[in-house]
Amino acid sequence: MSDHGHDHHEQSFISKYVFSTDHKWIGIQYTVTALCFLLFGFGLMMVMRFQLAYPGQPVPLIGGLMKGGTFFSDNGALAAEGYNMFGAMHGTIMIFLGVVPLAVGGFGNFVTPLQVGAPDMAFPKLNMMSYWVYFVGGVVMLFSFFVEGGPSQWGWTVYPPLSVIIDYGKLGQTIWLGGMVFLITSSLLGSINIIVTIVQMRAPGLTMFRLPFFVWAQLVTSFLLLLAFPPLEAAAFMQFCDRVLRTSFFLPTGLVVSGSVVEAAGGGNPLLWQHLFWFLAHPEVYVLILPAMGIVGEVIANNTRKPLWGYRSAVYGAIFLGFMSFIVWAHHMFMTGMGTTMSTFFQTTTMIISVPSVIILTVFIISLWGGAIRFTTPMLFALAWMVMFAIGGLTGLPLGLTATDLHLHDTYYVIGHFHYVVAPGTIFGLFCGIYYWYPKATGRMMNETLGKLHFWISLPAMNLIFFPMFIHGLGGLNRRLYNQGTYEVGRDLAGLTVYQSYGTYLLLFGQLFFIVNFFISLKKGAVAGANPWNSTTLEWAAPSPPGHGNFVTPVAAYRGPYEYSVPGKDQDFSPQFVA
Amino acid sequence: MTGLFGFNWGLPENISDMGASIDSMMSVVHWFMLVLFVGWGSFMAYCVFRFRARPGHKATYEPIHASWSKYLEIGIVVFEAVLLIGFSMPVWASFKRELPNKEAATQVRIIVMQFKWNFWYPGYDGVFGKTNPKYARGSNFIGLDLDNDPAAADDYVDQGELVFPVEKPVHATIMSQDVIHSIGVAALRLKQDAIPGMAIPIWWKATKTGSYDIACSQLCGNGHTTMSAVLRPVSNEDYEAWKKEWWTAPPEAAPGPTETASPAPSAAITPAPAVPAATTTPAPATTAAPAASATPGTH
Repeated sequence: MSDHGHDHHEQSFISKYVFSTDHKWIGIQYTVTALCFLLFGFGLMMVMRFQLAYPGQPVPLIGGLMKGGTFFSDNGALAAEGYNMFGAMHGTIMIFLGVVPLAVGGFGNFVTPLQVGAPDMAFPKLNMMSYWVYFVGGVVMLFSFFVEGGPSQWGWTVYPPLSVIIDYGKLGQTIWLGGMVFLITSSLLGSINIIVTIVQMRAPGLTMFRLPFFVWAQLVTSFLLLLAFPPLEAAAFMQFCDRVLRTSFFLPTGLVVSGSVVEAAGGGNPLLWQHLFWFLAHPEVYVLILPAMGIVGEVIANNTRKPLWGYRSAVYGAIFLGFMSFIVWAHHMFMTGMGTTMSTFFQTTTMIISVPSVIILTVFIISLWGGAIRFTTPMLFALAWMVMFAIGGLTGLPLGLTATDLHLHDTYYVIGHFHYVVAPGTIFGLFCGIYYWYPKATGRMMNETLGKLHFWISLPAMNLIFFPMFIHGLGGLNRRLYNQGTYEVGRDLAGLTVYQSYGTYLLLFGQLFFIVNFFISLKKGAVAGANPWNSTTLEWAAPSPPGHGNFVTPVAAYRGPYEYSVPGKDQDFSPQFVA
Repeated sequence: MTGLFGFNWGLPENISDMGASIDSMMSVVHWFMLVLFVGWGSFMAYCVFRFRARPGHKATYEPIHASWSKYLEIGIVVFEAVLLIGFSMPVWASFKRELPNKEAATQVRIIVMQFKWNFWYPGYDGVFGKTNPKYARGSNFIGLDLDNDPAAADDYVDQGELVFPVEKPVHATIMSQDVIHSIGVAALRLKQDAIPGMAIPIWWKATKTGSYDIACSQLCGNGHTTMSAVLRPVSNEDYEAWKKEWWTAPPEAAPGPTETASPAPSAAITPAPAVPAATTTPAPATTAAPAASATPGTH
């Protein structure tokens, strides 16, 4: 435990800004790195969307520069190989290098210790290691773009035997597996740290049910990371062995590729990978969404100026969501030949897991009732999150039921569903958090006008990109097609992809306002006091930005997290930290 | 319920027996989603307007007693239970358990490989021959033992079209030689992964003739997008004509081709099979096929 509250020894540049052990700086490192990866992953998607909108036509700018290489054909159009590589890396980067590091590494690191009133994380050095292991994992993943044969190209799920036998000897997939081991290790270090910090380092008086909802969300998320990631780490290592040492964990006997028998011992099972993968990857969905729920909860309470309605139900809902998320994974595998017993179990648990999500959403919506709603930029993102997450959650229903999944499985409906959960869902939640805590991190406010432009452009852009996917999916258009005009089914709907590509340009345009705002406000933003949003939770007791050790005087919690508009008080907020 | 208010949610044409129940469930689920979404959305919009911050308006500290939210949640649970028990489970059980009797069905094995479909018919003897990858050459992608196995000699493999008679169930077993593929036929509301090492039985019954897309629905390599085939349900007469055109005629065709492909080829038709391949056929040597030869209804 750190007891370096007030030491003022000189820190070198390296130990302050590079190999920092300060949770706030590590959180900022995570945030900035993850935002860069999000932009890169989005860039990959823009190229893919261009190919879908204008199949076989040269991609502007990039296509000309990179034609004839690994990714592009000679005329500068994205090649089928390139499309698959971009697709696999888009998923990998967005999830493992973008959203999780931002949600858990960024917000978990920066906000959690402040909200529990701790001077730092429980294990600052592990924390630093967690960032740098993540960083190495990211570099490894990026490096795979430059190796012979290109990066991994078989979807972010990298199902064997495809990912093993087709490109034995190609480096890309092997590097992907290595990169995953780094990223998983980083998440494990981070999650242990967050759990111990929340359990052990809460300020006096901060009982578990006085914790802000965000902290609860981080706690549950960290348990998911801690328990679900190791199976994938083991699976990644097994696939690594299959590729490099020619073992056959995932290869059955007698595979024949292009007429010749694959030289592998056999006896393995490709479905084992899918079970191990989805045993992580379903809880992973909640790793993505829970921190966003936490952020949205904070911002709603703060901007409605009233206590969160049903705070306890939301907390119990989050815990229940965490438990249930471990027993729904095989709903991703309904089409693998699953019989009736297994599918009954998994579709039943899938229906059950919708209940806590509904509860949490209901808590947020009812919290609006009786408030005095301020439409700040973070609040706009929070409100939009509720609507977008509702679409994402509801469209999970027909996918979670086997009968309707028969038609919708592997179509664009699936892509639409999880993007509504993660893109206008989680990413809006994360933007919401950035606007909300930016003054705490930098001491300056972000510009509201630019923030609102960012929001009002991003919201329609996101919907323009993702909503047509439901129309595509219902119409029977398959995902992962390099050219959507291949089949008669859905061909008449393929014209929508042109509008979707307009959506990507619009979305990029909207992000420019964010990028400009993010950097300009560092110097030019209005100076924020300790508590610019008139908020109640402990992080606002510290100066903005907080110094090393966070709080100037020790803090304690005297009441629940969201005591807004308490009758008989002069001001409409009663902070936890004021006696 | 499919055409409630004449709207089918943009689903493509359905030509399968089972598809109708999937479509009506799809419709019910989507109406449910729409009602919930509009309900939540309107409530939210109302709140956002009514409780907007403005001079003289203060937030109330006391929570409202919204017991209706409990009823809403219970309502959702009940509705989901109905969807699950009333719609989803019966359809799935029918798809998985009511495999048609092999004698009464058109039998076909679907052997998939990068980026080809092999629709393998047993021929007039009704017996699938043996395969081994060492025999795979030319267009004999699945490696039928054409030289030694008489049961294989009359087997027919079509690489472009899956032809079968309408109004009669098709019993198909799907297998993969290399990586995971998936047969997706939107018109049949059908999807099934082909997993190497497994032989997975599926069935369907088409109610309409025509040509429909078969799309590989699981990323299987860089040629995935091009891995298409045609599903062609035909009338009984057209099926017989198609068989006559493509299948190897039975060796002793004196009394004319017997109409039904009996599962137990009598010695009269097949000249002394080397293997007493009577009721069950050996799984292709290329795949360890646990369920391929299982009797219907046991999976």
